[in-house]
Amino acid sequence: MPAKKNATARPFYGMPVLDIVDDTVYNIFNIRCTILCYEDGIFAMEFHLTIAALSGETRALELEKSRLYDVIILGGGPAALTAAVYCMRKGVSTGLITMDFGGQVAETSSVENYMGYKYIEGIDLVDKFREQVRQFPIGISEGRKIAAISDGAIKHTTLDDGSVYQSRTLIIATGKSWRRLNVPGEREFTGRGVAYCATCDAPLFSGKRVIVVGGGNSGIEAAIDLARVAEQVTVMQFLSQLTADTILVEKLRQYPNVDFLYEHEITEIKGAQAVESVTVKNRQSEETRDIPASGIFIEIGLLPNSDFSRGVLEHNENNEIIVDCACHTSCPGIFAAGDVTSVPYKQIIIAAGEGAKAALSACDYIAKIHD
Amino acid sequence: MPLFNDEIKKQLSAIVSQLENGVTIVFFTQEIECPACSDTHSFVQEIAGLSDRLTLRIYDLVKDSETAARYGIDKVPAIALLDNADNDYGIRFYGMPGGYEINSFLGALLEISGKKQPLAAPVAGRIAAIKKDIHMQVFVSLSCPYCPGAVSTAHRLALENSHIRADMVESTTFPHLMVKYNVSSVPKTIINETHELIGAQPIEKFLDILEKI
Ligand SMILES: Cc1cc2nc3c(=O)[nH]c(=O)nc-3n(C[C@H](O)[C@H](O)[C@H](O)COP(=O)(O)OP(=O)(O)OC[C@H]3O[C@@H](n4cnc5c(N)ncnc54)[C@H](O)[C@@H]3O)c2cc1C
Repeated sequence: MPAKKNATARPFYGMPVLDIVDDTVYNIFNIRCTILCYEDGIFAMEFHLTIAALSGETRALELEKSRLYDVIILGGGPAALTAAVYCMRKGVSTGLITMDFGGQVAETSSVENYMGYKYIEGIDLVDKFREQVRQFPIGISEGRKIAAISDGAIKHTTLDDGSVYQSRTLIIATGKSWRRLNVPGEREFTGRGVAYCATCDAPLFSGKRVIVVGGGNSGIEAAIDLARVAEQVTVMQFLSQLTADTILVEKLRQYPNVDFLYEHEITEIKGAQAVESVTVKNRQSEETRDIPASGIFIEIGLLPNSDFSRGVLEHNENNEIIVDCACHTSCPGIFAAGDVTSVPYKQIIIAAGEGAKAALSACDYIAKIHD
Repeated sequence: MPLFNDEIKKQLSAIVSQLENGVTIVFFTQEIECPACSDTHSFVQEIAGLSDRLTLRIYDLVKDSETAARYGIDKVPAIALLDNADNDYGIRFYGMPGGYEINSFLGALLEISGKKQPLAAPVAGRIAAIKKDIHMQVFVSLSCPYCPGAVSTAHRLALENSHIRADMVESTTFPHLMVKYNVSSVPKTIINETHELIGAQPIEKFLDILEKI
């Protein structure tokens, strides 16, 4: 609908979309819809289908509790999915446990530095990864969280529902997740004003005052989504300047309803039923004051998802799992790859490469046991 | 102007061609004071036009108040989905299921038509054991990638157990409900007015709450 796109009214949100139903029964379809909502209340919707129906062929299986797998891979991001393809091609029996497919890539709007694609939407790349994995008879458990792992000749992986799976080796590729502020009120008001997904929740803050914590790329992207609908957006940054890419900052500065608070931090989130204000502290003067706000979006970077391996594996001071250049951890038979590890530079192509390496190391280890 | 262009229509046709049996889309609208009604009207019309297995019935909330009451519809736009024998499983969509939510809508069509993924035995047992009346309202926004997951889970529970009803509610279409239920992040599921669940949780987490009620 190009005519509507060119309308003078300002779109208040527009974004790519996807992911359907259940791909074990139906083929996987990717439906990309763009919603454009204009300020004068005219509602227009676009649906772009970028990818035709995928082959949909899947040979993936349920993960079995009674079976001893050669390898169980933990995670569903680029590191884990690459490891899965390598293991299956090597012919070792393989399981994969993850909360979701795609990890951080599923949250990335566009990727322009993964070789083979000049430009691809994060979610499309995830589908390509997933399709490549599901062509193999790999055991998959999706939707549950890993709570603990154990060391020994047979490794046990316990999920949050108490179920336990067994394998000779483990590849940990659980990546990173958004960091929390850890201030009073944050947990209590999560879902009541404290939010972590600006694209999801921006429409709910139409005409309201919101605060975005974090001046990096994700913070500024969130602020742009919110500035389109909110009455006022305050971007709060710990440091004395923003760290986001200039191009994003310039885009945000076009909105008149945005202000910036540098060298400030949040010390408390307050309210009755929902967030009403936040207490902020000036890091120079140590002065504190309350700012009224009904929403607070927290975009302050990422932390490794490594808690379940604490006490079993060595971590560095950032809580990353320490690995050597062949992805060995401190424990024989347990390998790790991607953002959850001490390897520098967190990128998709690096995570994928590390996943391949971890899989080959695990296969070597298994070949030695079987000898 | 149609909502779906030819390319999308082709993909949507491929999806609805997988319907195993007929599904009836019951649409409730209103002539005035319902800005979202006309788009939703086009939406159901265009979807229903894609397959012989889909039947569309259109009612007016005011003029057909008896029918609306029979289906428990109290706001528009509203969509109820029935199977080929007109069985009502309590599956509703309030507001237009556009954006990401088209996925939960298509998923519900397929499931009601009989194209379902089997549930794990323990989960199926827990669902069957629920004997109290349950009403779930899943608040979504159309730009939320996680929301269709929560909606589909709630609808699946409704499909499996006649005591359970489940609504998708597009938050910005019903601002008074957003205020009433304090919706400031989505998906947020209100269960029987007394319990709430934030986020797209696995079916087990839904069941943990339903069993407490
Ligand atoms: C907004 C954003 C934009 C980015 N843009 C780019 C870019 O343009 N180019 C680029 O190269 N990189 C980019 N990155 C970085 C890149 O996405 C990561 O480096 C990469 O995804 C790391 O892959 P991974 O497999 O190690 O982990 P992740 O992608 O973090 O995946 C971890 C997986 O493990 C699962 N998991 C975690 N904990 C558990 C648990 N306890 N139980 C079960 N499952 C669990 C998660 O569900 C997830 O599936 C971006 C990152 C972000 C956040």
